[in-house]
Amino acid sequence: MDVNKILDAKGLACPMPIVKTKKAINELETGQILEVHATDKGAKSDLTAWAKSGGHELLKDTEENDVLKFWIKKG
Amino acid sequence: MTVKMMSAHEVTKKVFQKEALFILDVRNEDAFADWKIEGENFEYLNIPYFELLDGVEEIIEKLPSDKEILVVCAKEGSSVMVAEMLSEEGLTVSYLRGGMKAWSEHLEPVKVGDLKGGGEVYQFVRIGKGCLSYMVLSNGEAAVIDATRMTDIFTDFAANKGVKITNVFDTHLHADHISGGRKIAEQTGAMYWLPPKDAEEVTFEYAALEGGNVVTIGKTFIDIHALYSPGHTIGSTSFIVDEKFLMSGDILFIDSIGRPDLAGMAEDWVGDLRESLYSRYRELSEELVVLPAHFMIIDELNEDGSVSEKLGTLFINNHGLNIDDEVEFRKLVTENLPPQPNAYQEIRETNMGKITPEEEKQREMEIGPNRCAVR
Repeated sequence: MDVNKILDAKGLACPMPIVKTKKAINELETGQILEVHATDKGAKSDLTAWAKSGGHELLKDTEENDVLKFWIKKG
Repeated sequence: MTVKMMSAHEVTKKVFQKEALFILDVRNEDAFADWKIEGENFEYLNIPYFELLDGVEEIIEKLPSDKEILVVCAKEGSSVMVAEMLSEEGLTVSYLRGGMKAWSEHLEPVKVGDLKGGGEVYQFVRIGKGCLSYMVLSNGEAAVIDATRMTDIFTDFAANKGVKITNVFDTHLHADHISGGRKIAEQTGAMYWLPPKDAEEVTFEYAALEGGNVVTIGKTFIDIHALYSPGHTIGSTSFIVDEKFLMSGDILFIDSIGRPDLAGMAEDWVGDLRESLYSRYRELSEELVVLPAHFMIIDELNEDGSVSEKLGTLFINNHGLNIDDEVEFRKLVTENLPPQPNAYQEIRETNMGKITPEEEKQREMEIGPNRCAVR
């Protein structure tokens, strides 16, 4: 996947992963892809809902060794 | 304006006293729809915190000016953020300390009665999740029944009362919450009792609790009579304490009855459930005060926050005890059941000792309301 930016939000508690994701995506162009790494378990449902409400597309998400990874396409 | 912190204990008092409160729940919509803080005079607005990152101006007109406002989120962080934003706009609001995580874990002890010879019975109301645990105190000794995983509450309570916990019981193998029974028994040296039919797969030592067992608490001989009452699980056992209180476990609640499906055996156990509720309980004194292991809706709380009712009253008012037709009864308890509790299989395995998840994982497994009943 052609990732334009990687955001490391590991170790951050809610609401910071979303706050930082929003800031990072604001700096991208429509259609570009942001990769987010987080460890807060709540990030999954919140990022999914946030992307949907903001018109962005969550392309994929994974969980490995307690690190959640998300790929979001800016809408 | 300042941001205030409100504890789960303070919110619980508002529930008990039927006070008004406006809850701004900033979790996402699915989480709110699944489970929220319930209160008779509570009002709600659910807007996920991530919709408010650019500002709270839009929601200010939706907030009342004449009611106390409590901002709630999953763990606290987002509610503090939103509360501070509202405060900057000139509002006085509170946030819930520890969020829904703390709400799920809060236990409020309420005295439910006295025993012959000076003993007492306390109910521990897990207000956020609807679980009820008990402590029977008599002459320096105590028994704990259906303890939650937050064991400090029970051991601290016993220490404050100056009693030694000598016996710990689970009425059945729980599927909706992780039992603290085994841990309390290990810490205090108490005997841990479980119905053997529910304990066939457990990985630890326990004392076999069977119908007819009598356990004495304290020197004044407060007896706990075990009464085999299968149906929610095959081992489910009720207790009669001091010939006065009927601890009905997950078999009979105030406004509902136990569901038979959480161990995958609904069809097989319907008959047992009916036998327990319609025959065995019928033979008991109607004066017994029923103390169940759950409440399902906030309406089941008494004025003082306790959950209890005379057995005779339940025979009249509880719909689940008044279905003459066996086919109809079978339908009620096997069809159109509420969703099964979150992670109930893993919870059962944890209670059997087969798996030992970390505390954070245990917390997550228990999130949400209890769903052990059918109405």
